[in-house]
Amino acid sequence: MKKKKQSRIILEILGIILALIWLSPFYLMIVNSFKTKREMFEDTIKLPDVFSFENYTVAFERLDFIKTFFNSVLITVLAVAVIIVFSSMAAYALSRRGGKTSGIIFMLFVAAMLIPFQSVMIPLVSIFGKLEMLNRGGLVFMYLGFGASLSIFLYHGTLSGIPKSLDEAATIDGANRFQIFWHIIFPMLKPVSVTVAILNIIWIWNDYLLPSLVINKPGMETIPLKMFFFFGEYTKQWHLALAGLTIAIIPVIIIYFFLQKQIIKGVSEGSVK
Amino acid sequence: MRNRNLWYWLFLAPALLALAVVVILPLAFGVYYSFTDWNGIRIPSFVGLEHYKALFAEEEFKDALWFTTKFTVVSVFLINFFGLSLALLVTQKFRTNNILRTIFFMPNLIGGLILGFIWQFIFTKVFASVGELIGVEALEGWLSTETTGFWAMAILMSWQMAGYIMVIYISFLEGVPQELLEAAEIDGANSLQRFYHVTFPLVMPAFTVSLFLTLSNSFKLYDQNLSLTGGGPYNSTQMVAMEIFKTAFVENAMAFAQAKAVIFFLIVAAISLTQVYINKKREVEM
Repeated sequence: MKKKKQSRIILEILGIILALIWLSPFYLMIVNSFKTKREMFEDTIKLPDVFSFENYTVAFERLDFIKTFFNSVLITVLAVAVIIVFSSMAAYALSRRGGKTSGIIFMLFVAAMLIPFQSVMIPLVSIFGKLEMLNRGGLVFMYLGFGASLSIFLYHGTLSGIPKSLDEAATIDGANRFQIFWHIIFPMLKPVSVTVAILNIIWIWNDYLLPSLVINKPGMETIPLKMFFFFGEYTKQWHLALAGLTIAIIPVIIIYFFLQKQIIKGVSEGSVK
Repeated sequence: MRNRNLWYWLFLAPALLALAVVVILPLAFGVYYSFTDWNGIRIPSFVGLEHYKALFAEEEFKDALWFTTKFTVVSVFLINFFGLSLALLVTQKFRTNNILRTIFFMPNLIGGLILGFIWQFIFTKVFASVGELIGVEALEGWLSTETTGFWAMAILMSWQMAGYIMVIYISFLEGVPQELLEAAEIDGANSLQRFYHVTFPLVMPAFTVSLFLTLSNSFKLYDQNLSLTGGGPYNSTQMVAMEIFKTAFVENAMAFAQAKAVIFFLIVAAISLTQVYINKKREVEM
């Protein structure tokens, strides 16, 4: 028994060492973001002599961070809201009516998950260009198209577990389909909605390629997009670039530490189903 | 009857319309364009298989395909190895269990583009300065050769995705009934035997899911490739996704790029369907 306890302690120490290794890229990024160009040239590992926020002020300004941040929030919130509303509705229709048509449509959504973005990228940009939809509205609509598949899949799984007799009872009470869905079914789907929201937020918040093709205009950039240009401008000035990167990921890390349980649970449920 | 169907189509319409306009139509147009001389604006005329013949003769595309394949094989192995090891580690009864999981998962919340930039700093600046400190020249210029660039990407991907795969393995590991393990222990099975005969068969489904995710993610990699090496030096670390993008938007060869995109789709679909097929077969056995 004592031997077992000993080996557990050794394993735990191993775990902690690995965790420190896992964190080291963040350590290196933060530590060097406080250094001057010269200080970084001397040594990249040690702590800076003085913690100066000068790099941060410059990066914050050049990234136009408040505006960029709100651009990202706007796109993500709109896209995720649209995905939740329309995917849950579609999944409800498919699972309640059933039949051959529903089976085919459901398969169509699932099969679409196999298509890599690059395969549709060029015609997509051309079609949306012709429709004059290369703007934020168009981008949100695209996120619905790309995000609906997995979301409908997840909603569909849960909906098959909710008995139809519930709908029938409500129909007898005189409720129509919209009332049944919004007042009875949708509230019951809350746990899946959380999973769907988490998975889509992570993806959309971090997406670079799609915004770069669709809303590549000054003043509209999301964080990844702005970061790309910022980086190109400061390739030789790592102290500024690192401060910019740190600013970009701090909001994500803060939210993660508050919601870590839900996030990890959401990701595991989303990928295991 | 008409009324009963009306709600059905109303509920479906927005998602279905989005799927059609964003995925199905572009795919159909894309396949058509790949057989034409379309340049993005002009009304196309048919050229048959010309682009397909040309792309298989082009070294750059073949190189990208080969590099992507090599990278996928190595990274799928590494990610799953680390993912399973981490999962086994943090399902022990540690006090630090939750914080360890939180840390290992963290990179997945940050976009591939930003992660690539962070590691670009580490491979170019930190590696060089450590190399100088301890006198190892091999640590310098990590992103300037094909071999080290390859391993730089494999390290970045393993670091990022191992935590994600860990989460999947954890949910299956936690589903392994404790009584089963205890019974095996009483029967005299050591920890290695318990893992091999009890735990391993029960986490097999997790393996299928992880394999699918890591395969398709590695094969379709773009952001990390763009920000870490940019495909350099001399396109030697350029993956397929990036090659297609460049052909289309830098070289402006739209129809030619689209032919590459169709081939890319066929490969990804073939990989995914094989995976699903194996998955189904295994399910029947169990």
